[in-house]
Amino acid sequence: MPHDHHHDHDHRGLGPSSHPCRADQDAPLTEAQRLEIAVRELLVEKGVATAAEIAAQIARMDARTPALGAQVVARAWTDPAFKARLLADGSAACREMGIEVDALKLVAVENTEAEHNVVVCTLCSCYPRNLLGLPPDWYKSRAYRSRTVREPRRVLAEFGLTVPGTTTVRVHDSTADMRYLVVPRRPDAAAGWDEERLAGIVTRDCMIGVAVPSV
Amino acid sequence: MGEPPAVAPRAFDPPYLAPGAAAPRFAPGAVVRVKRGAAPGHMRTPWYLRGRTGRVERVCGHFANPEELAYRRDGEPVLPLYRVRFALADLWGDGDGDTIDAEIFEHWLEPGDAP
Repeated sequence: MPHDHHHDHDHRGLGPSSHPCRADQDAPLTEAQRLEIAVRELLVEKGVATAAEIAAQIARMDARTPALGAQVVARAWTDPAFKARLLADGSAACREMGIEVDALKLVAVENTEAEHNVVVCTLCSCYPRNLLGLPPDWYKSRAYRSRTVREPRRVLAEFGLTVPGTTTVRVHDSTADMRYLVVPRRPDAAAGWDEERLAGIVTRDCMIGVAVPSV
Repeated sequence: MGEPPAVAPRAFDPPYLAPGAAAPRFAPGAVVRVKRGAAPGHMRTPWYLRGRTGRVERVCGHFANPEELAYRRDGEPVLPLYRVRFALADLWGDGDGDTIDAEIFEHWLEPGDAP
């Protein structure tokens, strides 16, 4: 059905699907790409790791998704004792649920009526990957990293989140060994839901703090 | 500059203190200032906080020194790491009552009333 959708491209250079051909990746490798290939090949040649082990580790990281974090938040919403343990030692609380967070040192910060938390890493792109998977591209952008510490309310508004003036915004700059998980407020409309259903409304952006759950 | 922002007392001890390492110099609630120095290479103290005054929100524990780790040294002795809370208004001149918490290693901090 090539023509039943909106077109914002012209019709030159179309591929067999009548969509534009994707540009070939003929640009030279970047310095970082060359370095990665060189180190990886050396590790294999010297027997430090096998190609299969490297592929398995990449697959393991790719398998991490925000669904893990959502399970943790849903548990915190339904079990006050667990929430207390999560706020005291986030990593230990995740392990308690069978979520292996490796060396991750997790600080969970709780949104309340009085406080809204948002996470940024101004130095690079520190992110709780073992709990939320890979960070979104915007999290690594200079605009997000610099503006979130300078004008957090305007940044949040651009994400569609207007924080009331009666609520304090707490920005967390992830500058060293801690990683952060925002525990959003449970929507009133989700009263009586079980953990699995609750986890379904906890998005990645809610756990970074640029959104709040909606029902 | 106003009074550094308040921090809520925590009901639990920091989870990552290393036995035998130097006890943290600052307690939660202490007013601290980030030193104006610069490390010759990798450092994890953001430039925008140099010379700024805040309040210790919590002691995170002991962690290897990133300025050593970055050059393949072992990062020992481990150093106390803090979360320090700053008022946006103190940093930028405006910002309602909003705050920034950042992780700062002890060797970058001095008492808020140091000369």
